[in-house]
Amino acid sequence: MPVLDLMSGFIVELRNAGLPVSLTENLDAMEAVKVIPIEDRDAFKYALGATLVKNNAHWRVFETIFEVYFSLRGPEYAITQDGQPDDFWREMQEQMEQVKGQGEGKGSGGGMDSLTPEEIAAMLMRALMSGDQAMMRALAKQSVQRFAGMEPGRPVGGTYYLYRTLRNLDLDNMLQKLMDANREMSDQKLSSLEERLEKDEFESRIEQFKQEVESEIRRRLVADRGAEAMAKTLRKPLPEDVEFMHASRDEMQSLKKALYPLTRKLAARLARKRRHGRKGPLDFRNTVRHSLSYGGVPADPKFRYPRPAKPELMVVADISGSVAAFARFTLMFVYAIQNQFSKVRSFVFIDGIDEVTKFFKSTEDIGEAINRVNTEADVVWVDGHSDYGHAFEVFFERYGKDINSKTTVLLLGDARNNYHAAQSWVVKEMRKRARHVYWLNPEPKSYWNTGDSIVGEYGAHTDGVFECRNLRQLEGFVENLT
Amino acid sequence: MKPRFKDVATVRSGLKNENYLADDGIAGVVYLADRLGKPVLIEGPAGTGKTQLAKSVAEMTGARLIRLQCYEGLDESKALYEWNYKKQLLRIQADKTSDSWSEVHDDIFSEEFLLTRPLLEAITSEEPVVLLIDEVDRVEVETEALLLEILSDYQVSIPELGTIVAKQIPLVFLTSNNTRELSEALKRRCLYLHVDYPDLEREKEIVLNKVPDISENLADQIARIVRSIRQLDLKKAPSVSETLDWARTLMLLGIETIDEKEAKETLHILLKYQTDIAKAAKELSVTK
Repeated sequence: MPVLDLMSGFIVELRNAGLPVSLTENLDAMEAVKVIPIEDRDAFKYALGATLVKNNAHWRVFETIFEVYFSLRGPEYAITQDGQPDDFWREMQEQMEQVKGQGEGKGSGGGMDSLTPEEIAAMLMRALMSGDQAMMRALAKQSVQRFAGMEPGRPVGGTYYLYRTLRNLDLDNMLQKLMDANREMSDQKLSSLEERLEKDEFESRIEQFKQEVESEIRRRLVADRGAEAMAKTLRKPLPEDVEFMHASRDEMQSLKKALYPLTRKLAARLARKRRHGRKGPLDFRNTVRHSLSYGGVPADPKFRYPRPAKPELMVVADISGSVAAFARFTLMFVYAIQNQFSKVRSFVFIDGIDEVTKFFKSTEDIGEAINRVNTEADVVWVDGHSDYGHAFEVFFERYGKDINSKTTVLLLGDARNNYHAAQSWVVKEMRKRARHVYWLNPEPKSYWNTGDSIVGEYGAHTDGVFECRNLRQLEGFVENLT
Repeated sequence: MKPRFKDVATVRSGLKNENYLADDGIAGVVYLADRLGKPVLIEGPAGTGKTQLAKSVAEMTGARLIRLQCYEGLDESKALYEWNYKKQLLRIQADKTSDSWSEVHDDIFSEEFLLTRPLLEAITSEEPVVLLIDEVDRVEVETEALLLEILSDYQVSIPELGTIVAKQIPLVFLTSNNTRELSEALKRRCLYLHVDYPDLEREKEIVLNKVPDISENLADQIARIVRSIRQLDLKKAPSVSETLDWARTLMLLGIETIDEKEAKETLHILLKYQTDIAKAAKELSVTK
């Protein structure tokens, strides 16, 4: 395929994945490609990255798509029933054979067919042990060919093949095995620090191997099904678009990583807004002082800046199964920018309610505080199924007197009340006392008020119900809050 | 215009001569910036050598480095140009008697009365120049607009004088610590380079390069410990400059191989928050 067609397909896919690629950036990329030879894959990738990706959080998505479109393609990756070992592999094989001695060898040139999975696993272990890059790559290639069981045209995603390959290599226990072997090999006992460093090293090597396997699978899938189709199945949401309620473990990690820079930016923006807000009344003293440099003429009037009071925040969050992740993120988010509020208090509930402010007070580490909330908070009253009505009632009884005209109350949850009594009068009362009451719902709007969701009933008494499915929406809401 | 660099490898080796170890990404983007005549926006965590890159490129090409440090409240008169009021006043008063008004009027708005600030300076300079706009995320969004003309067309428009076009296209580097999202308009005009913490090998090489007389073994150990620490969930991960400080400290203490005790005792050089130090100390001594 000519490069130009490939490029335009590539850019369309980037846009489909949600990256904002403008026309000028597209043209820049074309210019860049002219001065960088496509054969130099790394340089080519960085050239495209520099012109097309202007946000580091989007880099991973870019990398995946890049691999789909520009990975090595050719007949050697076609999925055939009888795998032909390529020259590199044969060379490797021969070398290994020599190292191992004749005992285990079953005739040179026999290809990988002559090796049992255990033997391949053993070779992999040796490669990981010594950090032999070339060997790891070759092994990744071979194990995909041997174990993934890829069939042409079969519409399954890469994850399935990845799982099959890794299971055969017993990669889960590889780390432990490596550590044991390492311990045996060294003469004196390793100190715990050294051991820890060794472990990190092996972990990163295993991770590297996994990525090799993954990209090998991807390459083969692309060869089989074509770039467009593959890109479509691999399409993943950007970190800020990942839904809280359906995030996988990997996505959770990337969300967590994205959270910190986001809060930092938000805090800086809010602080700036506070300072550079609307101008206040004339500052007479300051004006006179500045008039001296104009010969006593008050040419440059100075104004006082109003200092708007920071709001007090009460966060009341449902932490039952389905919405727990959302509650966790919102709490993290709020506490990360807590100096934008004069006071933050937090409460969590399932069917009972408990105040958790103290967990955040006692430590600077928000992550640890969240862990304690999950393990120590006393939130189960009867059966551990969400009961908004009861939780709200108790909340109002115990803490209702603390709500005053400076307080903003945030209610977090999907309002799936398991058909308990709603007790929506509590929300109504809260709103009478508080400055604002908002409800954040992590469910898509179309699901609201279906089944046992009664968000409409509560929402009628609040100042607004907001859909908060991903970081982007959460950030937008918090920014407007202060 | 003649390109400054032959290929990516030249950039890389050139930077190495200036004691800056670039990876493929960094060298590639610098090369592209020259070929395409575009500014480079460098983002990344603090202390990863963003500013140093611009300095090293300047040294490598033998160009003069002009630096504009950004801060809140930076304006036109500090970044672009300013009329020299005092001199203009003097000029008017000096020959009150002779000249006609129109002559004086034309005269006081000539280049003689113009005070050039970094941005204008960079494009009017005759000799080669590297322009560094440091911490561009500190200026307000509105002030960013000041930069747009110079970044896309390498020219500055002065109402009284007309447009001043660059005599040569400077290499421009903008750095950002990512405290806020830069405007689309600015990003669109730049090549983007994210400089992250270096990987194990590169960090080790940096340590070997920058700390005199350090043994290979110690450098390796340092790089590996720092990598382990960066994997923890910390408030502020150790930067490259902190790694170097740590390496120097260990050298001063005459330590050849780091053991647990020494690592813990010197952790405060790598980490600046008490909670981080406690966490790292705990993590480093626990074996699983």
